[in-house]
Amino acid sequence: MKNQFVHKYILGMLLFLMLIAIPTAQAADTIKIGIAGAHSGDLASYGLPTVKAAQLVIKDINAQGGIAGRKVELVIEDDACKPEMATNVATKLVSAKVDAVIGHICSGATKAALRTYKDAGIIVISPSATSPELTLSGQYPNFFRTIAPDDTQAKLVADFTLQTLKFNKIAIIHDKGDYGKGFAEYAKKFIEGSGKAQVVLFEGVTPGAVDYSAIVQKIKYARADAVIYGGYHPEAASIVQQMRKKGMKTAFISDDGVKDQTFIKVAASYAEDVYASGPKDTTKNPLAIAAIAEHKKAYGTEPGAFYLNAYAATQAVLNAMKKAKSTEYNAVAKALRTYQTDTPLGKIKFNKEGDAIGAGFSMYQVRKGVYVEIK
Amino acid sequence: MNYFWDLFLGGITRGSIYALIALGYTMVYGILELINFAHGEIYMIGAFTALIVASVLTMHGLTGVAVLILATIVAVFYAAAYGFSVEKIAYKPLRQAPRLSPLISAIGMSIFLQNYVLLAQTSDFLPFPNLLQDVLLPEAISGWIAPSEFIIIFTAAVLMIGLTLILKFTKMGKAMRAVAQDREMAMLLGINVNRIISRTFIIGSALAAIGGVLIASHVGRINFYIGFGAGIKAFTAAVLGGIGSIPGAMLGGLVLGLTESFATGYISSDYENVFAFALLILILIFKPEGILGRSSQQKV
Repeated sequence: MKNQFVHKYILGMLLFLMLIAIPTAQAADTIKIGIAGAHSGDLASYGLPTVKAAQLVIKDINAQGGIAGRKVELVIEDDACKPEMATNVATKLVSAKVDAVIGHICSGATKAALRTYKDAGIIVISPSATSPELTLSGQYPNFFRTIAPDDTQAKLVADFTLQTLKFNKIAIIHDKGDYGKGFAEYAKKFIEGSGKAQVVLFEGVTPGAVDYSAIVQKIKYARADAVIYGGYHPEAASIVQQMRKKGMKTAFISDDGVKDQTFIKVAASYAEDVYASGPKDTTKNPLAIAAIAEHKKAYGTEPGAFYLNAYAATQAVLNAMKKAKSTEYNAVAKALRTYQTDTPLGKIKFNKEGDAIGAGFSMYQVRKGVYVEIK
Repeated sequence: MNYFWDLFLGGITRGSIYALIALGYTMVYGILELINFAHGEIYMIGAFTALIVASVLTMHGLTGVAVLILATIVAVFYAAAYGFSVEKIAYKPLRQAPRLSPLISAIGMSIFLQNYVLLAQTSDFLPFPNLLQDVLLPEAISGWIAPSEFIIIFTAAVLMIGLTLILKFTKMGKAMRAVAQDREMAMLLGINVNRIISRTFIIGSALAAIGGVLIASHVGRINFYIGFGAGIKAFTAAVLGGIGSIPGAMLGGLVLGLTESFATGYISSDYENVFAFALLILILIFKPEGILGRSSQQKV
């Protein structure tokens, strides 16, 4: 029985792949979309969902007659998230004359490949490369992404602290790790740059220390209104507990390393009222529900990492081509920045730097033991 | 309350825990010249046992001090049993082996126990009930010190005084000191050396377990890995005070706790460990045997 099922499954997969392959062979004037990312190696789990997302999107589009009568086909290349392979992949895709690229997956590989695409005038949309400099440096006008860069989270937290909560004295603590310290440094930059508040303390703690009473005393005597913590939930849970046990009411604001149910489990009642930023809630978006259901139907499993981001990226670029009535670089880039696309991440378009407006992070607060999105 | 006093209390609290664990290292070293790397894991197992007992008792409606005391007692027995077994399994068969063998055996035991708890329990952090906060203190004291800090410092002080008295005045204490001074001579005089070694492990493990329960309920979370960090710090404290010396371990713990607390408070918490270990290096340069350590006489 089981064997039969597996056979059917494989047959189904083969048929499905042929369905994609046949129109490719026939149609002369197709729109070619390159898909580049890690499809093998350690990080394959980051790259493969993007391939599936793009396949599902173009299947729908082609069933509806394609873009302005032209069918869409995919050109899939594997860079294993390695910068040196990514440049080769880029050269390959350029010579295959793709009209746009969905990818790459890792920030390092994306950066290595971007110059080649830029010289060839090809739009690149990454579902997962979060390094801030890719967009902020301004070097790559052909680059867009459907995931928020690392610093937007810090910007959101800083703005929320200053404008919504209106705190003046802020202590910034981090765990000395890449992620936590990076977040803390951006938060510090944004808060000091605003001129509205003062950073009274900026320090790293040692993860796994026996206790954090000394740093808690330091926060207390710095008379901070709020603590912004960059790092993960175990240390955050300890620091919040020790603050509350000392009777401190200082607000605690953190990142998506803390927006985790384990944090609430460990800190228990002390977690109440803690703020944390986290990816926008898409669970109630009907398009996201539909996209996930489609994946389950086609592949029989839950989608993997960055699936919705890739889904949105493919939709956005195809929609831009439709609106621009062209696949020419300048027209498509302009359309991406002008027209909104309805995607599983919400209605998105792109700003001047290439970051998605409308996709990204929200603030959450612990209320009665669960994280609730603050509108 | 002022900043200095708060930092001082925080340092003493942390230092008391270091001292409780360091005693186990120093006692074992005094007798066997072995660094028992599995000692940190005994501390962790003590904390885990207390967590399980406390959860069960809380489910049955007990609260406050009763839970604290019962959980601590069970944790002490459990950890003592582990300490006893570790010695019997990992060190006793190697009594005549070269000195490096029991050391490797100790590291193996440490890794084994960590992974055992990881598999048997969980890799996640678990919340530890706040058993110390429920204890009410007279107002005269509570203005000066948080209840959990008071209990930790008080308990550690009582245990250390108790241990000192036991070593000084009881027959077992005398036997322990005799074995530490010269194992073979003690054996010739009719002391059951193996029994004394077992008891040393039991006492050390019990102290570590109490330390584990106290600090876990002070910081409110545990996982299978807490023994490593605490073990390294306590070992540092033992070396700082002079390994093999009982008062040295106590003093070393307090000095280390205070150094970390003041370094964080007045300089930067980024450098907490830098100062702790810089102090160790400085003391070892000027007094290689540690603050209270005696320069080791050549053993036969």
